[in-house]
Amino acid sequence: MIETNGTILSVNDLKTYFQTEDGVVKAVDGITFELKKGETLGIVGESGSGKSVTNLSVMRLIPEPPGKIVGGDIIFNGIDVRKLSIDDVRKIRGKRIAMIFQDPMTSLNPFLKISTQLMEVTRLHLGHTKEQAREHAIKMLKTVGIPDAENRIDNYPHEFSGGMRQRVMIAMALSCDPELLIADEPTTALDVTIQAQILELIKDLKERMGTSVILITHDLGVVAGMTEKIIVMYAGKVFEQAPTKELFATPANPYTKGLLKSVPDPAHEQGKELYQIPGLPPDVAHLPPGCPFAERCERAEAICRSQYPPFVQINENHSSLCHFAKEVYAESVAEREKL
Amino acid sequence: MLSFIIRRLLLIIPMALLVITLTWVLVRIAPGNFYTGEKKLPAAIEENIKKKYGLDKPWYQQYGIMLWNTVRGDFGNSLKYERETVNELIWRSFPYSAIIGLLAYILALAIGLTAGIIASLKQNSGFDYGSMSLAMLGLSVPNFVLGPILVLIFSLWLYWLPPARWSLSGIILPVITLSAIYAAYIARLTRAGMLEVLRSDYIRTARAKGLDEKTVLLRHAVRGGLIPVVSFTGPALAGLLAGTVVVEKVFAIPGLGNIFIQAVLNRDEPLILGIVAFLSILIMVFNLLVDISYGFLDPRIRYE
Ligand SMILES: Nc1ncnc2c1ncn2[C@@H]1O[C@H](COP(=O)(O)OP(=O)(O)O)[C@@H](O)[C@H]1O
Ligand SMILES: [Mg+2]
Repeated sequence: MIETNGTILSVNDLKTYFQTEDGVVKAVDGITFELKKGETLGIVGESGSGKSVTNLSVMRLIPEPPGKIVGGDIIFNGIDVRKLSIDDVRKIRGKRIAMIFQDPMTSLNPFLKISTQLMEVTRLHLGHTKEQAREHAIKMLKTVGIPDAENRIDNYPHEFSGGMRQRVMIAMALSCDPELLIADEPTTALDVTIQAQILELIKDLKERMGTSVILITHDLGVVAGMTEKIIVMYAGKVFEQAPTKELFATPANPYTKGLLKSVPDPAHEQGKELYQIPGLPPDVAHLPPGCPFAERCERAEAICRSQYPPFVQINENHSSLCHFAKEVYAESVAEREKL
Repeated sequence: MLSFIIRRLLLIIPMALLVITLTWVLVRIAPGNFYTGEKKLPAAIEENIKKKYGLDKPWYQQYGIMLWNTVRGDFGNSLKYERETVNELIWRSFPYSAIIGLLAYILALAIGLTAGIIASLKQNSGFDYGSMSLAMLGLSVPNFVLGPILVLIFSLWLYWLPPARWSLSGIILPVITLSAIYAAYIARLTRAGMLEVLRSDYIRTARAKGLDEKTVLLRHAVRGGLIPVVSFTGPALAGLLAGTVVVEKVFAIPGLGNIFIQAVLNRDEPLILGIVAFLSILIMVFNLLVDISYGFLDPRIRYE
């Protein structure tokens, strides 16, 4: 046992690589973060930045081959997850760490009634009998706001709307009262209004059940009111890490600033075309020697293309991977004061 | 569901009549007929024969009579084996074909499903490459080559099995010969279907719930993975039960395939039509069974 000090999950220098025909894809390359009990962590980044792979690594769900966790530590509640046998990992999955996925359409088994899919979790982990499991499943469906749960429980996934399906996923994930819930883009596939409802539900349940949450999204707008702190990922690396308020107020990385600019702002500029960071995410199998973001960065200089940037500590809780982190931070502070 | 089945059953009738019509036309336009071999008959005798079989009537009358007989399911006597009706001949030979076909089907399913599932679970392993190469071979070696090769090895060299006899040991070789191509195809379909499902999101969800691999496979993966196989196995079973000309010839099995080829060679029109009608209905019924079983396998499919 390792001393936990109220930390539920600590990931240290995690590296998960994929062997592909195109070479080694360093999907996650040295990620470090920590999550305290009851806290919510946001992981933000463009598609392909390694958010899902990070969290699938925590669950040891990386398909191997082609993938492999090649380095780092994953400590969950004092347990070194990488050292566990697969049988012991299975005792954690679904019971102590649960996951909800992006697309509720494809993440539920289309061939099985949702009663089957809900009941099998508690029968496995809590040793429920059929009757107990069914009763518990109905209770969970009610908790997540499915009307007429007693009757809907024997429906198939396709008989639910997208939002309802995601509620079913949440009910399933929370049915063993896990200590950690990983929500991987839980609202990306949903309509805007449904998005807000699902986020509200996660927030509410988290507070009631005291679950720690990792909320993954490519949209900074989603995490704003949800999380205590945020890590921003790009090309398998942590580009910036800060408490949520500070990250929004005074970002210290040009990539984060780009992401912030691309958040739709309902208050202003209605109808205006949404900002997008120019260019495309890099091919993580063939990264250039310098900063992986340099090609797309507004303020990149020669050094950015030739030298890998340092992870600059702005203050105790705020760090940024950038040659000019301090300058970017100062600019943000200045802009802030002008307002 | 019921109305769907009834509609499909009703559809079988016009489809079968269409197939029969085409067969009839083909038989009629093919050169030669059952009563003249190579030789030319005296005109008077030919006249008599035509009268006896109604061939002197105008073609549309003959066609009408033929259709009416088909609808009644009465094809009359075979022209060659005059003492027996077509129906008697079919029911006498069908069991031979059906037994061989059913056994071959079971064997093909057992081998194909097992090999396909194991190959998909151990993708790119030695077993995967080995079984899929074998399947490729199975698909590319035709019956009429495989059958004689097996006879050569197991009957003529090793003396293990008789080459052609209707007995328990005698049907082993024809069953293997007949099933090879189906086993190969089922193995490939199973592997592809399972691989697709095993990569899908809901399998990842099942694993994330902490289920063991056996449960993930049997409860969550198999159903979706086998749907492509089901669509193949229905028509395959119909084809297997119907008997195959080549295998029945090679192993001298007195089945439907064998009398069919005789009927064609003899221009035995009633027998040809009877067998064609029987087989087309058989195949259409099995296709219907496949469609019905889809509904049970996949809850998203609902028949109105
Ligand atoms: N099974 C896999 N095989 C090969 N590459 C993969 C696999 N899964 C993910 N990757 C690669 O890892 C990188 C990160 O992917 P992912 O974590 O899914 O991104 P995100 O969730 O941030 O959108 C991508 O470049 C992706 O192509
Ligand atoms: Mg993702």
